[in-house]
Amino acid sequence: MSEFKQTFNSSLGKKLIMALTGLFLCTFLIVHLGGNLLLFRNDDGFGFNLYANFLTHFPPIEVIAYLLYLSILVHALYALILTIKNRKSRPVSYATVNKSPATWSSKNMGLLGSILFLFIVIHMSDFWFAYKYSHKIVYKEYRTDLATDKTTSVAYNPVTPDFEKSVSVENNVEIVRVKDLHARVANSFSNLLYVIFYVIAMFAVSFHLLHGFQSAFRTLGWVHRKYTPIVYAIGTWLFAVIIPIGFAAMPVVYYLQSIGK
Amino acid sequence: MSTGNMNLTLKVWRQKNAQTKGAFVTYKAEGISPDMSFLEMLDVVNESLILKGEEPIHFDHDCREGICGMCSLYINGHPHGPKNAITTCQLHMRTFHDGEIIVIEPWRAAAFPVVKDLAVDRSAFDRIQQAGGFVSVNTGVTIDANSIPIPKVIADEAFNSATCIGCGACVAACKNASAMLFVSAKVTQLGMLPQGQPERYSRVQAMVAQMDAEGFGNCTNTGACEAECPKEIKMTNISRMNNDYFSAKLFREEATHDHAAGE
Amino acid sequence: MTLDAKIPKGPLAEKWSKHKFDLKLVNPANKRKYDVIVVGTGLAGGAAAASLAELGYNVKAFCFQDSPRRAHSIAAQGGINAAKNYQNDGDSVYRLFYDTIKGGDYRAREGNVYRLAEVSVNIIDQCVAQGVPFAREYGGLLDNRSFGGSQVSRTFYARGQTGQQLLLGAYSALNRQIHLGKVKMYTRTEMLDVVTIDGHAKGIVTRNLITGAVETHSGHAVLLATGGYGNVFYLSTNAIGSNVTAAWRAHKRGAFFSNPCYTQIHPTCIPVSGDHQSKLTLMSESLRNDGRVWAPKTVEVATKLRKKEITADQVKEDDRDYFLERKYPSFGNLVPRDVASRNAKEMVDDGRGVGTSGFAVFLDFADAIKRLGKDAVSAKYGNLFDMYYQITDEDPYKQPMRIYPAVHYTMGGLWVDYNLSTNVPGLYALGECNFSDHGANRLGASALMQGLADGYFVIPYTLGDYLAQIGPKPVDTKHPAFEQTKQDVLARINKLLALNGTKTVNEYHRDLGHIMWEYCGMARTEEGLTKAKGLIAELRADFWKNAKVVGENEEVNPALERAGRVADFLELGELMVDDALMRRESCGGHFRLESQTPEGEALRDDDNFAFVAAWEYKGDNQPEVLNKEVLDFEFVHLTQRSYK
Repeated sequence: MSEFKQTFNSSLGKKLIMALTGLFLCTFLIVHLGGNLLLFRNDDGFGFNLYANFLTHFPPIEVIAYLLYLSILVHALYALILTIKNRKSRPVSYATVNKSPATWSSKNMGLLGSILFLFIVIHMSDFWFAYKYSHKIVYKEYRTDLATDKTTSVAYNPVTPDFEKSVSVENNVEIVRVKDLHARVANSFSNLLYVIFYVIAMFAVSFHLLHGFQSAFRTLGWVHRKYTPIVYAIGTWLFAVIIPIGFAAMPVVYYLQSIGK
Repeated sequence: MSTGNMNLTLKVWRQKNAQTKGAFVTYKAEGISPDMSFLEMLDVVNESLILKGEEPIHFDHDCREGICGMCSLYINGHPHGPKNAITTCQLHMRTFHDGEIIVIEPWRAAAFPVVKDLAVDRSAFDRIQQAGGFVSVNTGVTIDANSIPIPKVIADEAFNSATCIGCGACVAACKNASAMLFVSAKVTQLGMLPQGQPERYSRVQAMVAQMDAEGFGNCTNTGACEAECPKEIKMTNISRMNNDYFSAKLFREEATHDHAAGE
Repeated sequence: MTLDAKIPKGPLAEKWSKHKFDLKLVNPANKRKYDVIVVGTGLAGGAAAASLAELGYNVKAFCFQDSPRRAHSIAAQGGINAAKNYQNDGDSVYRLFYDTIKGGDYRAREGNVYRLAEVSVNIIDQCVAQGVPFAREYGGLLDNRSFGGSQVSRTFYARGQTGQQLLLGAYSALNRQIHLGKVKMYTRTEMLDVVTIDGHAKGIVTRNLITGAVETHSGHAVLLATGGYGNVFYLSTNAIGSNVTAAWRAHKRGAFFSNPCYTQIHPTCIPVSGDHQSKLTLMSESLRNDGRVWAPKTVEVATKLRKKEITADQVKEDDRDYFLERKYPSFGNLVPRDVASRNAKEMVDDGRGVGTSGFAVFLDFADAIKRLGKDAVSAKYGNLFDMYYQITDEDPYKQPMRIYPAVHYTMGGLWVDYNLSTNVPGLYALGECNFSDHGANRLGASALMQGLADGYFVIPYTLGDYLAQIGPKPVDTKHPAFEQTKQDVLARINKLLALNGTKTVNEYHRDLGHIMWEYCGMARTEEGLTKAKGLIAELRADFWKNAKVVGENEEVNPALERAGRVADFLELGELMVDDALMRRESCGGHFRLESQTPEGEALRDDDNFAFVAAWEYKGDNQPEVLNKEVLDFEFVHLTQRSYK
């Protein structure tokens, strides 16, 4: 055991932890974006709300979720530890600005990461915490006529405050009652400042991953003449372009819709 | 000894020794020829300082042809000055323009304490090499050199890593003062060659442990080291080292931390 | 005094094996009771320190640089010779021996040179085992090239950085022993004197270049591997720090200094650009394989070039004198270094030199580019072309390079016998520091070979013989000689620090360099040397009156370091002149204008000068005494070198 301790206390071991947690968080982003695309379905949040409920109630996903939260904390904590160590490694700084060519993102991972951490805290307290541990979320009832497949929705007031979800069929109509996270999302995204904050955070995601994704591969030692260009392409196009744009589109679209109403 | 017509202003870090605090002092360098090397320009300034009875600016230098790795200097924000793939002794004054202000600082790193003025103590690099940067063979090997064929591409790659001159520009350039490029160059050179295989996994562990003990920072893959290295050592060395290190630590049963060093 | 070189009797090929058997051995259990001091940690010193530590001796190693990896061995570009005959082109130990002794113009010992050729093969095995990345062929085996006009391909190389790779190999072996605690390494420490007790070397006095502390160190033997003295010329291809002090101090404590006038001048260096120049940069000799050396045929054209009225490519073919091809049709541009250098000097003396200073000739690649294409030329010489461009700001692909000879290597050094022992028992000299194996001229790619041969394969055997004889009794560090020598060193330091004149030490060094280059350089005359002797004496007297040394001892003080070294060069310079005056013949790197063939080639005088000059120090301001070690040639027939 002490050998593991020694390994992960070494500079390379700490970097390994950063790389592994970072890549794990990257894979989560893909899943998260995929699910959240349900927000773009014009179903008054039916699909999205069911998805949110599924995420919070399916045990294997629960386990992964806690791993994820742990990863975020470990990633941030080790970033802090490494940064402190790095600062100590140069107690007297240069008087001139370092002009060594290195990408802006690679030199500002700490700043970008801090923005992201702040974002995650706000994001999770607004949605995840509110969803799971508060009674701030209203409920909605979706009635789907199984014959015509038409869905209508109305607000729903549960009998007990701990109500989560119910599904029943009455007269060939499926009644789904569920927490209406979608409403909270729509509400939040109608606030311009909130939207701007989200967009900034997505820029941070973009630049953080532009460097972070390929850097993780370098740290792991997975560098190869043939495959490294592919890693770069994925890091750039998927993680630094498509995913942040996808996420940023949600508040923007919802905001535009809100002013259209 | 004025042989040219460039006049420059130098802001030079002066520090008596490791125990005292340092500060920038401004000097005029006058009558500088564009054909002078940067160190020859400092020679001219020093000659005039000596004649005035002042202590000359101390800086490390020796071969003055870019191979010994002794010269350093952080010039206007670049280790070894603004040009690529050369050391300070190969930097010529024609790179600068008349009237320019040049800021000259020592390498800055906790592991490289200032010796005096612009010279720093890089013995940490020696200690890292002593920890494992060798193949344990005694003098008097009787294996014929050609009994170990090595594919040309491998030999060439190993050579690319072996060209490191140990100047420390990678540490100076790195925002984290990390020595990973330096350490990984030797790990990679010996790790690629058949001669280095028996100690491949103990070597990497021993050298990384010493690197950490010396107080260098961590690599964040910014690539400043690669960009500033006068011998253009590639960052892929770092990845190779990481790979060997993790293999050694996590997967290889035979790899022990203690580097036997052939005793 | 008669000098016994202790060359073993018997057939050439058996001398070393027989000698190794005859040498006394130190009991393995006793080895750790011996302390060995090694000064200088380049190829010879680093290899010796590592090898002796492997055997079990306690080694204390010293270098003035901040790390053993900085030693100037690192700057050797071309390669290292070894009689491996991997190319099946007729090489053999005997041929390498013969080429070396002939190349040295028959002024080296047969026994030593044969041994050098013999162990050369072991060096390659050793270095490859250490992980030195020599160039390889596609089949995975070692590549060789022909070097310096050699008729066989026996040079092993690692791109243009062979010295660096070999030094890093020795450095790694040294590091391993430091790690094991068998070598105690003292960096940034300069040796300033040798301590002798009852005529035996027992220690050294050093100055810590960081704190200024003057300290004594004891050992059962002292090995000097402190390199050559080319910096006596101020401008040379040596590193700025290269100096003669350790060897010179040893000389003043009784060690004979041999053949100081043998200096090698390398023909393909980048010319001086002005007074500010601090050192010269060599470009590999391999450039002469494809480059054509020329100077303008007339002074008139040369003058126009110097004034930059025309550029080199505008000089018509008819106005060019490819002087090496003209004078040496069979060897052409590939004549040995001394011949090529001297011919360049002749052109300059003739008023046909080029460049703003007029001290240069052209090395032209236009034909090679036409014949092979720019890409092929770039593949072969790209790094050298880049280096040239970097320094001169001229593009050698468009304009011919300007080259001029520069001091590169010194064949002379401390006198040593076959065991590498100086005449002071317990004091050894290795590598360029000794005089032994190159005679009057060193062949290309042989310096690395000799340094490593001495360090890896000679001294580990021969030192044991001496140590076994003196026994492992600890050195008496309380002996007054230690304190006395330390006081001598301190007195000298104080004398230097008291200098508060009007001229910097560097200026004296530059002045000395001018004198040496002018009168004791590529061509020497009785008259010039006599004049130089007077000039040096004057300069030295002036130094001790008018030099200015700032700072104090107890700090980092490069001005003080420099002053001590230049003071020693000022003494050595005079001995070189004495030696050159005495040797009224031309041989190898020593060319006396009075002694040349009708074709203007070096003319040896074997009847009167087939000896090693070993100069004995007799006290300050006393003339040194010449001792002669006669060179017997049992196996080779002395011939006149000819490259026609």
